[in-house]
Amino acid sequence: MVTSIGRRGVLASVLVAALALTACQGGSKKGGGSGGTKAADDGTTLTLWTRAPTQAFTQSLVDAYNSSHKNKVKLTAFPADSYQQKVASAAGAKQLPDILASDVVYAPNYASKGIFADLTDRVNTLPYKDKLAPGHVKAATFDGKLYAVPHDLDMSVLFYNKVLFQKAGLDPNTPPTTMQQVYDDAVKINKLGGGVHGYFFGGDCPGCMLFTTWPMIWADGGSVINDKGDASTINNPQAAAIYSLYRKMFGEGLTPASVKSENGPTWTQAFTDGKIGIQPFGATALQTMKEGPALQVGVSPIPGLNGGKSSFVGGDVIGITSTSKHTDQAWDFISWTLSDQAQVEVIAKNKNSPVRSDLASNKYAAQDPRLVTFNQLSTEGQTPISVNFGQTYNDPNGPWTSTVFDAVFGSKDPAQELDDHNGSISASLSGGG
Amino acid sequence: MTLVASRERRRTAPPRGTRRRSALRRRRAYTGALYAAPMAVIVGVLFVIPLGLMLWMSVNDWPLLGASSPNGLKNYKVLSDSLLTDAIWFTVKYTIVTTVVLSLISFGLALLVQEQRPGIGLFRSVFFLPAAVGLASASLLFYSLFVNDQSPLNSVARWLGLTHGTVDWLGTSNHALASVVGMITWRFAGFYMLILMTGLQAIDPQLFEAARTDGANRWQIMRSITLPLLRPSLALMLILSITGSLLAFDQFFILTGGRQHTATAVIAIYRQAFIRQDLGGAAAISVVVLAVLLIINGAQLFILRRER
Repeated sequence: MVTSIGRRGVLASVLVAALALTACQGGSKKGGGSGGTKAADDGTTLTLWTRAPTQAFTQSLVDAYNSSHKNKVKLTAFPADSYQQKVASAAGAKQLPDILASDVVYAPNYASKGIFADLTDRVNTLPYKDKLAPGHVKAATFDGKLYAVPHDLDMSVLFYNKVLFQKAGLDPNTPPTTMQQVYDDAVKINKLGGGVHGYFFGGDCPGCMLFTTWPMIWADGGSVINDKGDASTINNPQAAAIYSLYRKMFGEGLTPASVKSENGPTWTQAFTDGKIGIQPFGATALQTMKEGPALQVGVSPIPGLNGGKSSFVGGDVIGITSTSKHTDQAWDFISWTLSDQAQVEVIAKNKNSPVRSDLASNKYAAQDPRLVTFNQLSTEGQTPISVNFGQTYNDPNGPWTSTVFDAVFGSKDPAQELDDHNGSISASLSGGG
Repeated sequence: MTLVASRERRRTAPPRGTRRRSALRRRRAYTGALYAAPMAVIVGVLFVIPLGLMLWMSVNDWPLLGASSPNGLKNYKVLSDSLLTDAIWFTVKYTIVTTVVLSLISFGLALLVQEQRPGIGLFRSVFFLPAAVGLASASLLFYSLFVNDQSPLNSVARWLGLTHGTVDWLGTSNHALASVVGMITWRFAGFYMLILMTGLQAIDPQLFEAARTDGANRWQIMRSITLPLLRPSLALMLILSITGSLLAFDQFFILTGGRQHTATAVIAIYRQAFIRQDLGGAAAISVVVLAVLLIINGAQLFILRRER
């Protein structure tokens, strides 16, 4: 016979057990990954994630879409150096957004891990599917199926400030065509003083360094990763020469001392403020720069030490997540971003490159020769592919970060540093590290 | 009741009166179990089950996305990864430095504020105030102080003559260690001061008077009376502080992201789980960290409680 107090005890424990069970539930809910190819514009609210460097670009597309469609897209941006963890932990907890824009170098990983839904059939309905940026398409293809489409193309380009060129006695319409010349020009610009420096780079930012220095290595004929994407080949003389030059520029004060601790968020700030003569970074930064008496932007392909040109064709891909329940509506947005309207009137108008080669010579590109340079480079550059790219090259605690930091700021000769670290990069690329 | 009498009672069958008493005892035991049941369920769900799950995960190949499969002790091979050994070594270094600095400062503060004087409440409150700020918030606050060239910290450093330009607070492993220890001291000194102060106030003041009349000087009083009687409070403070330092995550994740060899053990676990997408390996590291914590805490309790 249970007393009334005991009955309350039973009730309490039953309630707690019930609460505990509801907390435990989280069972696998299969997403709306239908095999359909329809697009639906019916007033659904869609969630979209993008990384912070791409936020301005994606926001302009979202604003244009929302003002002309019934569906509403809600954009959230996350810092770049924690984007991988954000997506991975959300994937593990089945809390991904409907649409996910990710750095193109993460695409092979996400495609192979089932984060994106299969878009092959949907993309096949597009008349221009063969004109989509080939590097991005290749990165997002796994096992013969396409999992994401190009979202934005961000080529790494050499930017220079024509105002500072003029002040230093250099011809503002003749940008440097070799890294050796970059060095010589930087020396002249540095002499201007007044807080102005000749060069800048993100010394503690692994993503910035690979984005800007790998094209120099490629232009000189060197390589960084093998074709299969499971071994590093960066311990070569071309790479050693480039990092030696960087070490020299830092040592001679051609860059501000803060480059050593610059880990990404503000690496284009000094150039935008008109304080840097020459700096390589992404083409999409052009749309955020305000030109004026202190800054007139010129662009040029990134050269190797002795000539040539190349580019890291980066940027983002965009796809529907495998857990989304609004696949048709999500496709309405994604397919709209690839349409003529979006590519020309939003993307090209904002001084960016369309991801479709059939729109490369659009009316806005014709007005600005810099955009022509960008569009040309998108076909002349490379997009390296490896399933384990992110954990190897973008992770601040990964092997690449210490490799490039030691190559530029370390105590041993750059060639030696590259040799010492190469094994750890390969180990990580092959998935063992 | 003597031991013999109770033993005799057990050997014979209980008479009628005691049968009702043992029924009452059984009902009391049953009710007691019911009272304990909710807590048992909570502890089971929030602690025992996750612990068991973690042990199970550490012997499985458990990717972040996808199916898992058992793979014996292969996950424990991740312990030889140089990034992890770096992180463990840094965590140990950080724990030692923080514990020493924090103990000395909070003990010093406790000695200063223990006596009831007019206005002492204000000081106690001011010292304790940083504890009201969450650790992640405090880290963000200090991030802006450490990273900004115009930060007041740089002005203070210039005024003290330590530097002419700006100080590189977070740039290298040792600088970041010192800066974080400074921030943690600011955040936790007041809290531990409170713990030690309560312990100090619990010491009978007559002991001090007796010692003084016997001619003991301040150091002898400290060594023979204060510290031994403060043992339980010191034990509590050391256990909290050492465990907290070994599990440091927020402050390093926010201030340095673990770069420049400032990754801690928990950052390594986080990285293994969400960047390398290997939950099995992360669980293996967690098991090892748990084992180390158990050993250290056990040793502390043993050493500090010995004379009780």
